[in-house]
Amino acid sequence: MKRRIALVLASAMLLTSAVAGLTACKDENGDGGNAKKGHVYYLNFKPEVDKQWQELAAKYTEKNGVQVDVVTAADSKYQEKLQTEMGKEDAPTLFQIGGVGDLEQWDEYLYDLTGTDPYNELSSNTMVLKNADGQVKGMAYVAESFGIIVRKDLLEQSGHTLEEITNFETLKAVAEDITARKDELGFSAFTTAALGSGNGWRLSNHLSNIPLYYEFKDDGLTADNPPASIKGTYLDQYRQMVDLYLNNATVEPSVATGNTVDEARAEFVEGKAVFFQNGNWEYNLVTKEKGDLKDEQLAMIPIYIGAPGEENQGICSGTEAFWAVNGDVDEADIKATLDFMTWLMTDEEATTTLATDMGFACPFKKAKTPPNYLDKFNVESMAAGKDVCTWAFAAQPSANYQNELQSALSGYAAKMDDASWEAVKAAFVDNWAAEYAAAHEE
Amino acid sequence: MGKTLKKNPLYLLIFMIPTVAAFIVGFVYPFGMGIYLSLCKFKSPKHIDFIGLRNYEKIFSGGTQSERFLQSFWFTAFFAIVSTILINVLAFAIAVLLTKNFGGTTLFRTIFFMPNLLGGVLLGTIWKILINGVLSVYKDSLTNKGIYGFTALIIVLLWQQIGYMMIIYVAGLQGVSDDLKEAAKIDGADSRQILFKVTIPLVMPSISMCTFLTLTNGFKLFDQNIAMTAGLPNHKTEMLALNIYNTFYGTRGQMGFAQAKAVIFFLIVGLIAILQLKITQSKEAD
Repeated sequence: MKRRIALVLASAMLLTSAVAGLTACKDENGDGGNAKKGHVYYLNFKPEVDKQWQELAAKYTEKNGVQVDVVTAADSKYQEKLQTEMGKEDAPTLFQIGGVGDLEQWDEYLYDLTGTDPYNELSSNTMVLKNADGQVKGMAYVAESFGIIVRKDLLEQSGHTLEEITNFETLKAVAEDITARKDELGFSAFTTAALGSGNGWRLSNHLSNIPLYYEFKDDGLTADNPPASIKGTYLDQYRQMVDLYLNNATVEPSVATGNTVDEARAEFVEGKAVFFQNGNWEYNLVTKEKGDLKDEQLAMIPIYIGAPGEENQGICSGTEAFWAVNGDVDEADIKATLDFMTWLMTDEEATTTLATDMGFACPFKKAKTPPNYLDKFNVESMAAGKDVCTWAFAAQPSANYQNELQSALSGYAAKMDDASWEAVKAAFVDNWAAEYAAAHEE
Repeated sequence: MGKTLKKNPLYLLIFMIPTVAAFIVGFVYPFGMGIYLSLCKFKSPKHIDFIGLRNYEKIFSGGTQSERFLQSFWFTAFFAIVSTILINVLAFAIAVLLTKNFGGTTLFRTIFFMPNLLGGVLLGTIWKILINGVLSVYKDSLTNKGIYGFTALIIVLLWQQIGYMMIIYVAGLQGVSDDLKEAAKIDGADSRQILFKVTIPLVMPSISMCTFLTLTNGFKLFDQNIAMTAGLPNHKTEMLALNIYNTFYGTRGQMGFAQAKAVIFFLIVGLIAILQLKITQSKEAD
C-alpha cells in the first residue's frame, strides 16, 4: 500500500513539474507567434494614471491586434522596478527616464529616436534628451510646472491679494500677517512642510530648484550638463524660505518631520492653509479625487526665495518624464513600440485620454489641451515675458543626494539652529561632489 | 516508508528533484551570482565589469560610506540583541502563563499570534501613524531623535514576534511531562527551582530555535525599518539591510559595492547564528 502511495505521489509530482515546464514553453511559443507583429511592454512611472494606461493599452490591442502590456511601479519605487525589469529576458520596450542621470545609466540600451515617427510628432524639438553623441534618446511626453498653489478665497479673506505678492519680501509679509492673526482667521499661511520619511521631495527637489536655478544661471550652467560640484551661492535664501515654510505653517516644525504630503494636501483642501507648494499635477487631486475645490478658489504663484531680480521670475516649468525606447529587444518589438507611441501622439481617442483623463499637457503636434486650470498660470507668466524657471534640480547627481538633503532638512526642522543648518549645507553642497564622483567613478 | 526509500534510490531521486531544483534556482544560483557581482562594477544588467576586490576594499577604506556601514552594523547588532532578549523573555513568560489551567487560554494564544500575520511594511506604516499621532501632542515626531526610532522599532518587533515565539514555547512546555515536575515537587523543590532546574532545561530545544529566529530576524530587519524611520534622523536608525538597499538603488554605479556589503552582511549573520546555535545547543538536555 505504502509503495503504491509513494508511486502515485511521485508521479503526481513529476506531472506537476512537467506541466509547469510545458506552460513555460507555451508562453514562449505564444511570444514567438507574435514575433511578426511584435509586442509592447510599457513600464509606467505614474501610479495615479495606471487605470487610464491599462484602458488605452486594451483599446490599442483591440484595434491593431498588437499586445500591449502596461506595468506600473509602486509609488516612488520606479527606479527599483526598472532595474529589476531591465535585467529580465522580457524587458520593458518603452519606459521613462527622468533626466541626464538616467540617460547616462541607460544610454547603451536606448534606441536612437532621431527622425522616427514619434519624434516627428513632437511640437518642439527642445523637449528631448540627447546623449553625448547628439542622438535623441528621450522624448518628453508631459510638460509640468510647479510653484506655490494658493487658496485665493482664503487669501482674500485674510485681506490680501495675489497682486501684492511679487517677491520674497512681500510673500513673507503676507505669510507673517496671516500667522499673527491665525486664531482669528482660522487658518495658517502654509501647509505643513511634510518632512516625514519619503515625503520631503517638495523641499529637497522642487524648492531647492530655485537656488540651483539662480546658481546655474550665474555660472552659465544647464541641467543637461551638470557640474561635478556646486557652490551653494543662494543657500542663505534657501534657508530663509525654509524658515518661512516652517515658522508659518499649520503645525510646529518639530511635528512637520512626521507629516506626509497627503496630510499637507488635506490641510489645503480643508481650508487650513493658504499656500501649498506643489505642481500642476495636483489639479485633479484637489478638485476631484481628494477634494472638491473650484477653479476660482485656486491660483499658482512662483516660489520666491529672495534672489536678486526675482520679480521677473516665472513659474518653474519643465519635465522629468521622458519616453525612452529599449533598443535591446527584437526589431519587431521596437517597431511595435514606435507605432504605439505614434498612435498615442496622433490618435483622436488617445490624445483625448492623455489630456482629459490623465491631465497631461503633452508637447505633441496633435495634443489636446488638458482641462487643468493650474496650467493657466504658467501660460500667463510665459506670455507676460517672465523668465521660465527651468528645472535645474534634474541635475542633482543621485537619489541618495536627494535623500540626504531630505534627512538634513528634517533634522533642521527638529532643531532649527545653525548647527543643524550646517548639515543641510553639507548635504546641499559637499554631498553633490561626493555623489557626483560616486556616480561617475571609473 | 523509510525502508521503501532506502531500497529504491529511484524514489529518493524522484522525490528530491523538485526541491533540489527549486533550491538551485531560488537559492544556489542567485547566491553564486551575488558573490560574483560583488566583484564587479555595473550600472545596468548589461555591462558588468570584473574589478576584483575593489568593492571590498572600499568597505574597509574608512570613508563616509564605510563609517556609515559600521554605524549601521553596531546599531543593528545592538537592536538584534535587545530584541532577542526581550522577545524571548516575554514570549516564554506568556507561554508559561497560557499553559496553566484556566479558561480562555486558546483565545489568548490566538490573539497574541495574530499580529504575526500582518506584513512588515503595512505594520510599520500603521505604527508610524499611531506613534506620530501620540508624539504630535508633545510637539514631537518619530524621526526627531534616534532613540525614538529605536524604541518604536523594538515595540513593533515585540508586538509582532512575541506571539509567534510564544506558540513555539507553548509546544515545548506541553512536552514537559507533569510527572517530572511532580517528582521534583515531592523532592522538595519550590516552583522557582522547578522552572529553572526542570522546565527550562527540558525546553532548551525551543529556546535555541527561538533565539535563532529572533536573532536573525533582528539582524535582517528591513520592512519595518524602511516604513517607520527610513534611517532618519541622519542615518541613526539605519539598519544594515536598509544601508545596503540605499547604496544599491540610491547612487548609480554603486551596485557592486552594495553587493559586496551584502556578502559581508551574510557572513556576519551566518557567523553569529552558528555561534548562537552552538552555545544554546550545548545546553540542551539529552
